[in-house]
Amino acid sequence: MSKPRLGVFKFSSCDGCQLSLLDCEDELLAVAGVIDIAYFPEATRADDVGHYDIAFIEGSVTTPHEAEMIQDIRARSTALITLGACATSGGIQALKNGADTAAFIDAVYAHPEYIDTLDTATPISDHVTVDFELRGCPISKHQLIELVAATLVGRTPQTPAHATCIDCKLAGHVCVMVTQGTPCLGPVTHAGCGALCPGYARGCYGCFGPKETANTASLTAQLAVNGADRRQIHRLLQTFNANAPEFRQEAENHD
Amino acid sequence: MTDKIIKVDMLARVEGEGAFKVVVRDGKIVGTEFRIFEPPRFFEAFLQGRDHTEAPDITARICGICPVAYQMSSVHAMEMALGITVDGPLRDLRRLLYCGEWIESHVLHAAMLHAPDFLGYAGAIEMAKDGHGDVVKLALEYKKAGNAIVSFIGGREIHPINVRVGGFYKVPRKADFAPLREQLLRARDLAETFVDWTASFDFPDKERDYTMVSLAHGTEYPMNEGRVVSNKGLDIAVTDWPAHFREDHVAHSNALQGFMVDGGAYLCGPVSRFNNAYDQLSDRAKAAAQRVGLPRDCKNPYRSITVRAVESLYAVDEALRIIDTYEEPDAPFVDYAPRAGIGMAATEAPRGLLFHRYELTEDGSIKTAQIVPPTSQNQPSIEQDLQSFIADILDRPDAEILHLCEQTIRNYDPCISCATHFLELDIDRA
Repeated sequence: MSKPRLGVFKFSSCDGCQLSLLDCEDELLAVAGVIDIAYFPEATRADDVGHYDIAFIEGSVTTPHEAEMIQDIRARSTALITLGACATSGGIQALKNGADTAAFIDAVYAHPEYIDTLDTATPISDHVTVDFELRGCPISKHQLIELVAATLVGRTPQTPAHATCIDCKLAGHVCVMVTQGTPCLGPVTHAGCGALCPGYARGCYGCFGPKETANTASLTAQLAVNGADRRQIHRLLQTFNANAPEFRQEAENHD
Repeated sequence: MTDKIIKVDMLARVEGEGAFKVVVRDGKIVGTEFRIFEPPRFFEAFLQGRDHTEAPDITARICGICPVAYQMSSVHAMEMALGITVDGPLRDLRRLLYCGEWIESHVLHAAMLHAPDFLGYAGAIEMAKDGHGDVVKLALEYKKAGNAIVSFIGGREIHPINVRVGGFYKVPRKADFAPLREQLLRARDLAETFVDWTASFDFPDKERDYTMVSLAHGTEYPMNEGRVVSNKGLDIAVTDWPAHFREDHVAHSNALQGFMVDGGAYLCGPVSRFNNAYDQLSDRAKAAAQRVGLPRDCKNPYRSITVRAVESLYAVDEALRIIDTYEEPDAPFVDYAPRAGIGMAATEAPRGLLFHRYELTEDGSIKTAQIVPPTSQNQPSIEQDLQSFIADILDRPDAEILHLCEQTIRNYDPCISCATHFLELDIDRA
């Protein structure tokens, strides 16, 4: 049997999620032994176009060219998998959604006429069918290896959809919200980081996006009881998964 | 064959999306373009109205390869605006974190992205499968030690979570450093071997008289702070940056291009630091540079791969020095009250000087933000290198010209995600 062909594609993003693959120092060469890395421009000049058994997509769609490119990649791929918050929910650049794009261009560039950009940053699933979404800003290396291993044998990756809050309890961290009144998105945020921030005495800032059936309204009510004002709550929900519906809608309730 | 276009539409083994084009008419180069088509993400626009405390986490997302650089330049700029000073063990921990990023980023670039140019492979995995497996494994093990530092101090390798304005959320205990220290002692041997390996390549015999700009600090190799200096006599405070440097917006790039106010191109990054601050390297790093014949006034940009290896060895040494002298601070951060103000800072990202400037309102919200990344500053130099270094090989086959162009651009370890607010080779011979 021939090795499955992998393509790694970048849309609007910071490169951090695809870098996670190169950061798997212990596993990289083993992975390269069982997968044919056909297209991965960050790592190799090899430019093997054609059909991909697995396509990893990093980044969100923010330009007319990207909107065309994702259709082409979908048509050439068996399993299309998004890596990280940008591809899965739009990423930090989705903060431009609803803002005045012309004003944004003016704020950064002297010649707005040179810039070709859409008014929105949108997740890949807004454009094509996505077979699996890996969360995180950035993704977890361990989840990436689990994803690769599961995909190779054709099973569903084990990436629990419960709240970061549960992982935090399992890790035995002292609750920063209960004991310090620190605003924390752990109760509504998808697990995956291992409750990193509370382990460092800070509140979760939601970089893995909303968990399944997140009760954001209940959480924001408690944040208000603890003294957070509307602007703080709005900012807390408007970061790396700003465009995820559960976070966006609750942020709009605090405009 | 006196007129042609030589181009690459998607430059590989760089961080982000770029291209280049060289236009040849009557056997002479009439234009070189280093294009950044990475989509703009407008960080400076959406930072407006955010709280100053959010800047380190938000600006980290400009670049997954050098998030620590963004976190460091932003916290230092904020601390100037807020009128606070962070020193002692907290300052040392910041430098330690930066050492981790230098090792991780330099070794990734040198071994995985740049070395394949010298050895004639498409990438490091192809290199590993064809007789260079041992050195690729060595590089991965070495890079892992850099990532171990970033994870230990920062919580994770990419977009660390422990950096805040004023210091850290949580600081390590002295005893917790023991496993990291052991790993770095092993990495120091790998680092010496790595310097020798990078110096064993054939280097194109090409030099240019660059204006080399870097930070300089009287007593330590530049990283978190210092004056902005050049090998041509510039010596200014960071706060005078806006009076001496400017950014231009050109049609072929989504990245602004950096120039000195007199219009001159300049070079920032490892070669500039090595030239400007050689004396501050550790004895072991200097000995390694001397052993492999790397001149202290190195002007050959292709030897930047060895300069990165020497800087990485220095970073291992410096990390061990900091760990051995670390004393736990009384508090993880310096407390302060928000206030209106203007703050500026420059730190040395692995690929060069990274300038941030913020204006804060009374409640600590960001009114304006300006970020000048190293690759923006290096774009004009990259274009001039292409112009200068391929002029004498225009009669060679296109594949050979392309290879030298790509290798030349990779000398800069361009970070295109950073620069976009940045690449495609296009040699136009009509």
